[in-house]
Amino acid sequence: MSGDTGVIHVVEKEQDLKWVLTDGPHPPYMVLLEGELFTRELMLQLKGSSRISGLAVAISKPSPAQGFSPGLKCPNDGFGVYSNNYGPQYAHCNWTVWNPLGNGLAYEDFNFPIFLLEDANETQVIKQCYQDHNLPQNGSVPEYPLCAMQLFAHMHAVTNTVTCMRRSSLQTAFSLNPEEVCDALSDYNVWSTLKPINTSSKIDPMDEVIIVATRIDSHSFFWNVAPGAESAVASFVTHLAAAEALHKVPDVQKLPRNIMFTFFQGETFDYIGSSRMVYDMQMDKFPIRLDNIHSFLELSQVALRNSSVLWVHTDPVSRRNESIQPQVKTLVEALINSSMGANVTLQEVSQSQPLPPSSFQRFLRAKQIPGVVLADHRTSFQNRYYQSMYDTAENILMKYPEGLSPEETLDYVTDTAKSLAEVATVVARALYQLAGGTGNTSAIQADPRMVSRMLYGFLIKTNNSWFQSIIKQDLKGLLGDELPQHYIAVTTLVNTTQLVQYVLANLTGTVVNFTKEECLNPEKTPNPEKEMYVYTWVQGSRDPNSTSRVPFCVQSTVHLTKAASPAFELKQWGSTEYSTWTESRWKDIRARIFLVASKELEIITLVVGIAILILSLLATYFINAKAHVLFSSPGDGGAVAY
Amino acid sequence: MTAAVFIGCSFIAFGPALALCVCTIAAEPLRLLFLIAGGFFWLVSLLLSSLVWFIAVQIGGSNNASVKKNLLIFGVMVSVLLQEVFRFAYYKLLKKANKGLMTISQEETLPISVRQLSYVSGLGFGIMSGVFSLVNILTDSLGPGTVGIYGDSPQYFLSSAFMTLAIVLLHIFWGIVFFDACEKKKWWALALVILSHLLVSGVTFQNPQYEGSLVPSYIIMMLMATWAFFTAGGSLRNLKLCLMCRDKDFLLANQRPR
Repeated sequence: MSGDTGVIHVVEKEQDLKWVLTDGPHPPYMVLLEGELFTRELMLQLKGSSRISGLAVAISKPSPAQGFSPGLKCPNDGFGVYSNNYGPQYAHCNWTVWNPLGNGLAYEDFNFPIFLLEDANETQVIKQCYQDHNLPQNGSVPEYPLCAMQLFAHMHAVTNTVTCMRRSSLQTAFSLNPEEVCDALSDYNVWSTLKPINTSSKIDPMDEVIIVATRIDSHSFFWNVAPGAESAVASFVTHLAAAEALHKVPDVQKLPRNIMFTFFQGETFDYIGSSRMVYDMQMDKFPIRLDNIHSFLELSQVALRNSSVLWVHTDPVSRRNESIQPQVKTLVEALINSSMGANVTLQEVSQSQPLPPSSFQRFLRAKQIPGVVLADHRTSFQNRYYQSMYDTAENILMKYPEGLSPEETLDYVTDTAKSLAEVATVVARALYQLAGGTGNTSAIQADPRMVSRMLYGFLIKTNNSWFQSIIKQDLKGLLGDELPQHYIAVTTLVNTTQLVQYVLANLTGTVVNFTKEECLNPEKTPNPEKEMYVYTWVQGSRDPNSTSRVPFCVQSTVHLTKAASPAFELKQWGSTEYSTWTESRWKDIRARIFLVASKELEIITLVVGIAILILSLLATYFINAKAHVLFSSPGDGGAVAY
Repeated sequence: MTAAVFIGCSFIAFGPALALCVCTIAAEPLRLLFLIAGGFFWLVSLLLSSLVWFIAVQIGGSNNASVKKNLLIFGVMVSVLLQEVFRFAYYKLLKKANKGLMTISQEETLPISVRQLSYVSGLGFGIMSGVFSLVNILTDSLGPGTVGIYGDSPQYFLSSAFMTLAIVLLHIFWGIVFFDACEKKKWWALALVILSHLLVSGVTFQNPQYEGSLVPSYIIMMLMATWAFFTAGGSLRNLKLCLMCRDKDFLLANQRPR
C-alpha cells in the first residue's frame, strides 16, 4: 500500500547484476533493466533475492533479435482437446512444441512490482538521476543521499483464483461495504451470420451453419500491454475482410447453408470466449446448437507466411472417424480450389500432427466436428514474439513510407495488407463453396485498401477518420491516439470488442433509410424483418466543407454474447475444465523517483529532537519552580500585578 | 524521510512549546483559554495577510519569477505588520476582558496579570505560527524520500524545524516586550519589536543558504530573550540568587503558591 522503495541501479550488462545481488552496500535495490537482458535466467536470479524491491524494464527498440515470448511453450495446455482421454500422444505438446521461444515468465509469481518503461525520455530521466547520485566515484561506495524509486502496484488478491474468489464472495455475502479482491476476466464475443436469424428462438435443427472463427485478444507480461499484431489482429482483420467480400456476392441470401462469423474474446486465457459459447450451445442458451454446425474454419496466425504458403491443420483423432474424414477432405479441397489464381499456396500439414492452440479445440471437446485451422506455420510458430509487447506492427512487417500525414497513412496499402487480403479472398471463396454456392467465385475479392485501413486502425491509431465515421454518436472514450491494446480486461466491452462490432456492422450491414428514432427504437414500428436485424445509429463521416457529420442507420446481424468462463457461473473456481483466470483489484499504479537519506541522518534527527524535548522540559520545570525568584523586582514580594 | 525524521523535527520545533504548555499552561484553565484565543488571533491575521497577498498576485499577476518574488516579499512584510496589529488588538481585548472578569469574580486583584497574559499570548501566537509553518513540511517528511532531486539542500527538514523553534520562542519574547511597552507607553520598544520581527522574516529570504537565515535568527532570539527577561522582572542579581541558592529554594519552592 505504501509502495516498494529501493535505490536505483541501472543494469545494462550481466555484470551489473552482481552489484545488486551481492556487492551493493545499500539494499534493497530498484533495478532498471535494459530490454535485451529481460530473460528468464535473469528474472529467476532476481526472484530468489531479497535485495530487490522492484524492477523497471526499458522496452528494447528495436525488438530483441533472438525473439521474446513470456507465454508458455505449450499455450493453453490442458484446456484444449488433447488430454489423456483424447489423443494422449498429442497432449502437453509431446508431439509439437508450438511456442519454443516461450519462457513462461508471464506465469511466474514475483513478489516485487515490475513496471515497463515505454517512453525513452522517462528512462533517460531515471538514468540521469542514477548517474548524478548513485555511481561509485573512483571505485569507492556512493554516498548518501542516493537516487531512489518507489513503485506503487499493490494487488489486493493473493495466492490463486480459488482463494481470492472465496474471499470476495464472503465479503459480498456478509459485509455492508464489500471489498472484493478480484474479478473474473470477462467480455463479449462478437458474432454475425451471413443470412439473418431470429436470435430469440433456436434455428431449425435441419439448418446447417459453417462457423468461421478468430480470436481478438492477446496478452503480454505487462498489464494492458497487448499489441497482438500477429497473434490476433492480423487474423481478425483477415476474417473481417472475408466477411465483407462474402456479403458483396449477390446471391448469398439464397445459399443453402448459413455462415457464422465469430470473433472470440479471451482465447489467450484458456479459451474463455469459445468455452462459453460451447457451454451456451450445450445448455441451449444460444440460437445455434452444436448439431447445427456443419464445419468449422479457424484463422490462426496468418500474417507471416513463408514464401506465401498457408498451412492447413486438422485434428488427427477426429479424422479417424469415418463420417468426419470425408467432410474434412471436402473442406481442404474447397480451400485448395479457392487458392488457384491467388498468390496463396495452401498445403496440408502431416496428418498425424495435432491442432495448434485454437478455439476449434473447444468445439471438438464437446462434439466431433469437421474443421480446419489455417496458419502460417507448419510446426512451431513463425511468431517469435508470441504474446509479448513486441508483437507490434513491425512484427508483421507493416512499413509505411516517411512523411505521410495520418490520413494518407490510413489509406496507404501496405504489402502486409495485400498479403492478408489474398488470404481473405481464399477464405471467402472457400466459404462460398462450402455453403453450397454454385456460381463463379473469381468475382469474390477482398479489398486490400479496407484491410490496410483496418490494420492501421487496430495497430497504430484507433482515432482515425474511418473509425470515427462508423461508431455511435456519444462514445467519447472509445477512440484514442495511443497504440491500441487488445487485452480482455475485467470491465465489460473493451474498445477492441466494440470496434470489431462496429467494423463488422459497417462491412457486412446495409444502410437503411430510417430516422434516428426509428433506428434507435426498432420495436416501435412493427415489421417481421426487424426481429432478425440489429440497428445501429452511426455518426457518419464529416463533410469536407462543413464540420458536422451526416449520421445514418445501419442494419446488420452483428450480435454480442457474453464471454465469461462457465467456471464462474457454476462457482467452480478451481475448475480444470473451464478457464478460471481472474485479475486482482488494485487502486494505485504509479511510480516516482526522489532522493533518500541515510539511516544515520534520520536517527540523528530523532535523537536531537528527543534531546531538545527533554532539555526544554527540564529547563521549563526549573524556571517555573524558580519563577518567583527570577522574575521579582527588588521591593516586590511576589507576582506583580499591574 | 520516514517516521524518525517526522518525530525528530516535530520535537525540535515544538519541544520547548510543548514543555511550556505542560508545565505552565495546562494546570491553569484561564491561561489555556487565553492561549487558544491568542492562537486564533494569529490565525485571523494570517487570513487577512494571505487575502492581501492573493489580491496583489491577481493584480500584479505575471509569470515573471522576480515579480513573484517581490510580491512575496511584499506579502511577508504585510503579514508581519498585520500580526503585530493583531497582537495590539489582542492586548486591548485582554485589558477589557480582565476588567470584566474582575467585576464578575468579585475579587480585588486581577485573576491574571498582564505579564502572564503577555507570556501566554506570545506562546499562543508562537504555537499557531509554528504549526502553520511546519505542518505541511512534516507531512512530507513522513514519506520515504528527502529533498534534493532538483538540487536543493537535503537539510531542508532540519533547518525548517530549527527556524520554527526560533520563531516560536521569538513570539513569546515579542509578546512579553510588546505588552510591557504598551502598558508603559514605551513606543520605541514597540517599534523595535516590529523591526526585529521584520528583520527575522526578511532574513528567511536567504534560504536555501540556511546559515544566512538561521544564524541571524538565533542571534536575534538570544537578544530578545535577554530583553524579555529583563522586562519580565528578571535581573542579574536574581539570576545569581537563583543559581547559587538552588538547593534551599528548590525545596521550599514546591510549598509556596505561585
